[in-house]
Amino acid sequence: MASDRVPAHLKPNLPPLSLYVPEPKFRPGDTVDFTQVAIPAAGETRRPDTADRADSFTDLAYQMVRVLDENGQAVGPWNPRLSPDMLRAMLRSMALVRAFDERMFRAQRQGKTSFYMKCTGEEAVAVAAAFALDYEDMCFPSYRQQGLLIARGWSMVDMMNQIYSNTADRLHGKQLPIMYSVKEAGFFSISGNLATQYPQAVGWAMASAAKGDTRIAATWCGEGSTAEGDFHSACTFASVYRAPVIFNVVNNQWAISSFSGFAGAESTTFAARAVGYGIAGLRVDGNDALAVYAATAWAAERARTNQGPTLIEHFTYRAEGHSTSDDPGQYRSAGEPTAWPLGDPIARLKDHLIAIGEWDEERHAAQDKDLAEQVKAAQKEAEANGVLGHGLHQPLDSLFDGVFEEMPWHLREQQAQMIAEETASGRPWARK
Amino acid sequence: MTDTPESTRMNMIQAINSAMDVMMDRDPDIVVMGEDVGYFGGVFRATAGLQSKYGKTRVFDTPITECGIIGVAVGMGAYGLRPVPEIQFADYIYPALDQLVSEAARLRYRSAGEFTAPITVRSPFGGGIFGGQTHSQSPEGIFTHVSGIKTVIPSTPYDAKGLLIAAIEDNDPTIFFEPKRIYNGPFDGHWDRPTQNWSQHPAGDVPTGYYKIELGKAKVVRPGEALTILAYGTMVHVALSVIAEAGVDAEVIDLRTLVPLDIETIEASVQKTGRCMIVHEATRTSGFGAELSALVQERCFYHLEAPIERVTGFDTPYPHSLEWAYFPGPVRIGEALKKIMKDA
Repeated sequence: MASDRVPAHLKPNLPPLSLYVPEPKFRPGDTVDFTQVAIPAAGETRRPDTADRADSFTDLAYQMVRVLDENGQAVGPWNPRLSPDMLRAMLRSMALVRAFDERMFRAQRQGKTSFYMKCTGEEAVAVAAAFALDYEDMCFPSYRQQGLLIARGWSMVDMMNQIYSNTADRLHGKQLPIMYSVKEAGFFSISGNLATQYPQAVGWAMASAAKGDTRIAATWCGEGSTAEGDFHSACTFASVYRAPVIFNVVNNQWAISSFSGFAGAESTTFAARAVGYGIAGLRVDGNDALAVYAATAWAAERARTNQGPTLIEHFTYRAEGHSTSDDPGQYRSAGEPTAWPLGDPIARLKDHLIAIGEWDEERHAAQDKDLAEQVKAAQKEAEANGVLGHGLHQPLDSLFDGVFEEMPWHLREQQAQMIAEETASGRPWARK
Repeated sequence: MTDTPESTRMNMIQAINSAMDVMMDRDPDIVVMGEDVGYFGGVFRATAGLQSKYGKTRVFDTPITECGIIGVAVGMGAYGLRPVPEIQFADYIYPALDQLVSEAARLRYRSAGEFTAPITVRSPFGGGIFGGQTHSQSPEGIFTHVSGIKTVIPSTPYDAKGLLIAAIEDNDPTIFFEPKRIYNGPFDGHWDRPTQNWSQHPAGDVPTGYYKIELGKAKVVRPGEALTILAYGTMVHVALSVIAEAGVDAEVIDLRTLVPLDIETIEASVQKTGRCMIVHEATRTSGFGAELSALVQERCFYHLEAPIERVTGFDTPYPHSLEWAYFPGPVRIGEALKKIMKDA
């Protein structure tokens, strides 16, 4: 409202301001048409030398590294030329992640745990990166990179034990399902708070560099989380100290119900965030396992040779809900997942292997069946250790363990209070 | 008191500097980082000389992002380093809250001990220096409310060094608030009188080598019978000066560590004296004094002969020109003293 204190003849004749609030293209019931999404042809984007200066290839932040073409062929300068065995191993890992997700999602629906998050449609992002990194490299994931653990060969039973918060849960029931922590597999404790892992990955990478180590760090967040201050603090630190770290932004288009426009996607790409920080930026077809592999390997080489950080935007699509707690049908068109122009990452890698004569539909179907059996067997083994809500899986007094290295008096006192309450109430908790 | 025979006069800054120096010499995994801490040696000179002695990869300046400083420290801790980040003023610590509260303080618990955050966050706090509202705050109550973090506040050069060494060696994250009003000398609360410096104070005699003061142990700085005064940081000296002027035989306890708290020393004292006054510079509502008051009431109720008195700063932003009207100085403490001793 214009101030009444200003005399009328001094008031400028300006149009009223208007506030722009982004709105996704499609809502429930809308027909989906993704033709406006610019998808460069596979093989088209150039591949700079890993020793090139970041400011000499800023154009890559606005293009898209793609290797697999429409005919299932691997083309162009980013083709990592992986062996058929490696390709099959990647395909198997991705399919295993999907089978694991299916089974655990259902376990949540069956009331065996409180929460689950699938990564359906995004399997290539974590799995191909895990194949491109060294096993010793440290990963600071968000909550949708279960593919890192699966690809690194970590035990599914162990992951399920955590999901069930059961007697064998390596985290002793202390953390929300799927917020894994596996130091042995170079997998940092997942936080539910967004992008906090970004500066932590930079710190780890700086420490590695300061110690003259050879290991590098990699971290992941969603496109929505790039709005967090932690993301920008991390980019500044990584740029300043040329930290050997790979920033992965998984642009899966949706942050729960908020489309990527609420993180700034209508104005530029997420890879372009790198440009302002003067760090290397790549935009990659996140549903193309070979592109993800090639970009990660390229970024890793830069990091290992003290060329500093790389930010990789993985352009992908979250084919299902954010978690077991939301129904995407309430906020986006049901037609989006099938209309997504970059297809399905597993189908695309499978088609490639078939196209080069190293795979066939029968083997694929047999593998799917075998993987489903493996997941089922793992589930059976994990459930023998209990499922959430059915019995006491951790000693009651362990509630107080690990707040500090040594328990101070006030926690000991509260612990004694809790045990006294339990005794007095006659609750059916069986103390162990 | 110490395993090192050699000692020298130090102010609190020099003692803090000496603690980092001694520890960096002993442990190559200790790194010091923060805004202006490197070449320049810190705005209060606490890190002076450390970069030239230990090199730029162990003592370095950082971008101005407190969130980034603590987040990076958490990552370095996960790698195996032992970071000692400085937050230039406690008033600037808020952008780092998520990394402190949700990450550093919770990492051990949420990873069942796989990862820890052995970080000591140093930060000058408190007012009395005409720093206005952005260079004077005492936010310790925010951190004592957080499970998984320790809060330490020294009141002398000797304690500052011993406590800082203990904090650095501790495997849990510790907030180490340095009362900047008494960096150069103890403060009696009379802003209009000449300042003292540590060279005349016995606790300004500081061993040059390694020693530590266990966290969670308070110190009875003046034994007495009439009442118990619980204080920390600058307010220890203000309280001592007020009771000396009033001629009251108070027992003054310097808490030194707020979490974990030395409840035994507090209990023993209040049960002996029957009166308890709590003094802190931070704002009153939900301040650490509220916690102390509740604990004393719960544990010493039948020994109390008068209501517990809380003497604190007011629930306002820290003012600039009216700084001494905010500060819980001799007048406010003196009035509380009269009240609590009324029926003695």
